[in-house]
Amino acid sequence: MLHDALLIIRKDLKIEFRSKVTTNQVAPMAIVILILFAFALDTHQHKLILAAPGLFWVAVLFSMSLAIHRSFSIETSSSTRDGLRLLGLDPGGIFLGKVIVLTIEMFVLEIILGFGIVVLYSATLHNYFLLISITILSTLGLAAAGTIFGSLASSFKTKDTLLPLLFLPISAPVLLSATKAFQTELGTVIGSSHPWIRILGVFAVVYLTVGVLAFGPLLEEQ
Amino acid sequence: MKPKKSPVIRVIGFLALIFIGATLVLGLKITPPDAIQGQMVRIIYIHPPLAWVAFLAYGTTAIASGLYLWKRTRARIWDQLSGASAEVGVVFTGLTLVTGSIWGRPTWGVWWTWDPLLTATALLFVLYLGYLALRKLPGDINQRSKRSAIAALIAFIDVPIVQMSVLWWHSLHQKPTVFNPGQPAQIHGIMADTLLIGFIAFTLVWLWLLFTRLGVIKLEEKIELYGLEVALRERRGEVNKDLVETSQDSHSKTSLSTSSKQGPDSQVLVQK
Repeated sequence: MLHDALLIIRKDLKIEFRSKVTTNQVAPMAIVILILFAFALDTHQHKLILAAPGLFWVAVLFSMSLAIHRSFSIETSSSTRDGLRLLGLDPGGIFLGKVIVLTIEMFVLEIILGFGIVVLYSATLHNYFLLISITILSTLGLAAAGTIFGSLASSFKTKDTLLPLLFLPISAPVLLSATKAFQTELGTVIGSSHPWIRILGVFAVVYLTVGVLAFGPLLEEQ
Repeated sequence: MKPKKSPVIRVIGFLALIFIGATLVLGLKITPPDAIQGQMVRIIYIHPPLAWVAFLAYGTTAIASGLYLWKRTRARIWDQLSGASAEVGVVFTGLTLVTGSIWGRPTWGVWWTWDPLLTATALLFVLYLGYLALRKLPGDINQRSKRSAIAALIAFIDVPIVQMSVLWWHSLHQKPTVFNPGQPAQIHGIMADTLLIGFIAFTLVWLWLLFTRLGVIKLEEKIELYGLEVALRERRGEVNKDLVETSQDSHSKTSLSTSSKQGPDSQVLVQK
């Protein structure tokens, strides 16, 4: 399974390096979202500092939705999915590969967005280790849920509208927990981020397990 | 074509009517107003039963989806049951949100508050709307059923989060009164009886709606199946008719041309 996952990671990262869609299109769009949020909050500095954790994760969520769409359009546009099935790769490995690639892409984007909230919203970062842990756990959970629903919606004609309808509500608990944990680590709320990190961990494990189990039947009938 | 209703469904419907009537009479007339909430307590006789039925419906959807996904038990009935139960569940979740909002306005002073349980229930509502949207997509029925079943199982993961969220997060919402493991029941007498009757009434309503909708879904699938079959037969009929007409035309043309070339004797032969 891990060997197949590595093959998928290499394939998707190679495609991403050549096309540079995440860096050239998704990342600028995420920065635009941050700027638009500032307009919506009337560029009030105090409000922006307080809202920075939530706005950061909303920008991540919308960007993730685009990245998932991109991840599955790679497979459908040139019948790559059929090729993967013919190669006899383990569906669980394909799923894990897709999730890891999405996590890597989104982590790069989150670093850019992190600079964005520091520069644009004057947010102050405290505990880097915890911030990175929260970011990786949340992104892993979101990527796992997104890959399942991306695969579910990928072969329907209405996938563009169906994917956000399925993916956004399911990712709301991750968004809530990640925002709460970030609020603590950015110093906007006093408290501990540990309970939220635990919830994020549970989410990531649950969605990864469901994905590994469900990806086989999903690939079989496509 | 009318859906055939079994006597059991009719009995369930009749019992549901009786229990709903009893809940209304007890809840609106016989039970006293609450010491703190006053008349607003009356909505409690329907709000928790509605929420209970919503969870029951989603549970049924998850179990039926699991049975559909498992190859040994895979049958159309599980997919149909899953869809029927989710539809009823969405209606009951909507009613739970509406009745909660009506209760919240005089009690909390707002129609809506970002209480975790409310927010999670609203999310559940949207999540199952997505599931129903997935079910309505055109395409191969088996492919759609399998994907819907996977989506339903994933969505069901959200249900325990809704249930537990009242305990996980500091909440404005009322803590569980009847099913609270840490506390004995704090509701007594005729009020507890009315609430129990409400639970039974709405469970019966759910059962009646579920089986009625299941019958309608079966008929819809038959129409889809036979509709296509009839269309195919008609099309085949048209094709055969065209072929017959074309062959008859060409035959008569050939006969005429042969007869005109060969003279009156050969024309007699063709006619024979």
